[in-house]
Amino acid sequence: MSQATTAAPGAAARGRAGRGRKVNTFPLLAPSVAALLVWMIVPLVLTLWYSLQRYNLLYPERRGFVGLQNYVYILSDSTLQTAILNTIVLTGAVLLLSVVFGTLLAVLLNQEFWGQNLARVLVIAPFFVMPPVAALIWKTMMMNPIQGVIAWVTQSLGLGAISWFQNWPMLSIIIIVAWQWIPFATLILLTAMQSLDHEQMEAARMDGAGAISRFRYVVIPHLSRPITIVIMMETIFLLSVFAEILVTTSGGPGHATTTLTYLIYIRALLSFNIGGASAAGVIAIVLANIVAVFLMRIVAGTLERR
Amino acid sequence: MATLTLNGVRKKYERFDAIKGVDLAVTDREFVVFVGPSGCGKSTLLRMIAGLEEITGGDLLIDGVRANDIPPDRRGLAMVFQSYALYPHMTVAENMGFALRMAGVAKAEIATKVGEAARILQLEKLLDRRPGKLSGGQRQRVAIGRAIVRNPKAFLFDEPLSNLDAALRVQMRIELARLHQELNATMIYVTHDQVEAMTMADRIVVLNAGKLEQVGSPLELYHNPANIFVAGFIGAPKMNLVDAKVAAASAGETRLDLGDGGGVVLPGAEAGLAPGSPVVLGLRPETLSFAATGPFRGIVRVIEHLGGESLYYLERAGGDTMVVKTGEAVFARLGESVSLTVRTERASLFTADGKAIGLRRDNPARAVA
Repeated sequence: MSQATTAAPGAAARGRAGRGRKVNTFPLLAPSVAALLVWMIVPLVLTLWYSLQRYNLLYPERRGFVGLQNYVYILSDSTLQTAILNTIVLTGAVLLLSVVFGTLLAVLLNQEFWGQNLARVLVIAPFFVMPPVAALIWKTMMMNPIQGVIAWVTQSLGLGAISWFQNWPMLSIIIIVAWQWIPFATLILLTAMQSLDHEQMEAARMDGAGAISRFRYVVIPHLSRPITIVIMMETIFLLSVFAEILVTTSGGPGHATTTLTYLIYIRALLSFNIGGASAAGVIAIVLANIVAVFLMRIVAGTLERR
Repeated sequence: MATLTLNGVRKKYERFDAIKGVDLAVTDREFVVFVGPSGCGKSTLLRMIAGLEEITGGDLLIDGVRANDIPPDRRGLAMVFQSYALYPHMTVAENMGFALRMAGVAKAEIATKVGEAARILQLEKLLDRRPGKLSGGQRQRVAIGRAIVRNPKAFLFDEPLSNLDAALRVQMRIELARLHQELNATMIYVTHDQVEAMTMADRIVVLNAGKLEQVGSPLELYHNPANIFVAGFIGAPKMNLVDAKVAAASAGETRLDLGDGGGVVLPGAEAGLAPGSPVVLGLRPETLSFAATGPFRGIVRVIEHLGGESLYYLERAGGDTMVVKTGEAVFARLGESVSLTVRTERASLFTADGKAIGLRRDNPARAVA
């Protein structure tokens, strides 16, 4: 009995001393490491492997290792440059639109007015519409030159109808994607606005700052961090925009709205060229990582400035 | 620098009246403290003076000019907020110079004025830091510096010390008093802490439920509270309030019956006091002392030794608690049954509905001073 009671503190002391050194963490880490392996590394390695193969589903018998030929072919194809440019234009434009309108809407919705809650829900609603549906709504209900709402409005004003997807394909895609992503920016920035110290705005009022100065010197600096978060999050998703293009323009006319993602789709599922698509995918991964490095730098920078 | 006059100032919200008509004249270079329990409207009143809340009735005059409709930045007042409200992305110097920058003052002049304020507040070494890197006391000083730089007609403080720890609060209190002398400025200061009010104010304004309860110098309020609310709010530990009945009121003295057989004779008389009318006797803890016999009897329940002084909490027969403040010597033990006498010339008397009865002679503390 006495032995048991005296042994207990000793055991506890040993346990304390051994913490962090003796505990085997492998079983605890293994599940997540395994999941990462299955979900990330395996597809990545497979993609790399396929990108070095001649592998076209239409000619399954002509398979074999071709080295970097797929890359050489893709990089010398002008479609890739168009696709990269289109991706940059689409991502940049939507980022710009969603940050500008997101900020303005957040500031507006942060004011007290009648029906504020309903307005907030309505503004955020487009975010919950899935991309193919959103694209279909815009294609058939809004931008259709015959029965679309926009055409009806412009025609009532005597301006005639615009064939959006024919004449302004990239602009149309940008409008649709921005419509979906402005709510996300608004949501993030609105919550940030709500954490803005009330007394800071009042202090600025006492200091003689008008509405515009308060926006510029108090609101914008306060929002700078959430804005970088919005840019980072949206970039991740905007680089992989696909459904909107598939449903509306199918990458055309010509290659006017073919982005990197869409190019991979064309290669893989329209030309059945798995090898070429994989090579394009690897290039996309490299480009996305370059963007990610810059983004992380920006985010780290804004964090440091506090 | 400035006088402020409030004539019947009111604040009406949809559901209730926050400020129910306040008349007050703040003279030049005065340090006025608004004090009251939370929700009494003291901050609202300050914000109305600042221009951050609309005045819904009455007039606010600054230097004799009606200022009700003048926007906050043109009233020439500067405010120090409870949360300091510093701009987190600006350096200390930028924070302090922001108002001047907004007013379009030249950069060199801003730098001079910021430097001057930084010297007064000993912030010179911190000028290019951001608020996030400062301690609570330093942030507080930056907030004050931001006010000083504007060279305002009057300073408004909204509970500026409530976010500081106790030691720093005492230090900042002294610093604020020093600043008031150095800047020679009119200051209005809001607090719920009566110690801050007592130590800093030239005049204290006691507010309760949107009304002025009493306005006067700290000692005036302490010795001659106008009603039970002020008597209970000013002074720590609180004034003892004892229910009593008038036994007899003759020329020169008033005899009170305490109900438990004890009685007290107060010097001075008041014509309206009929025998038998209920009154409340107000006794400051330091005016009570232990004695072999005395009008108040009770059992010692709690003793707090504070070093230089001790507080004894007594339970009287009816269950009421009385507090006695004594020197550091031990006068009684826990559970002991004791008697108390009182310096009757320092006692206050109130009617049953809380108004002070003017038995009072002159102010004893004034007589000494």
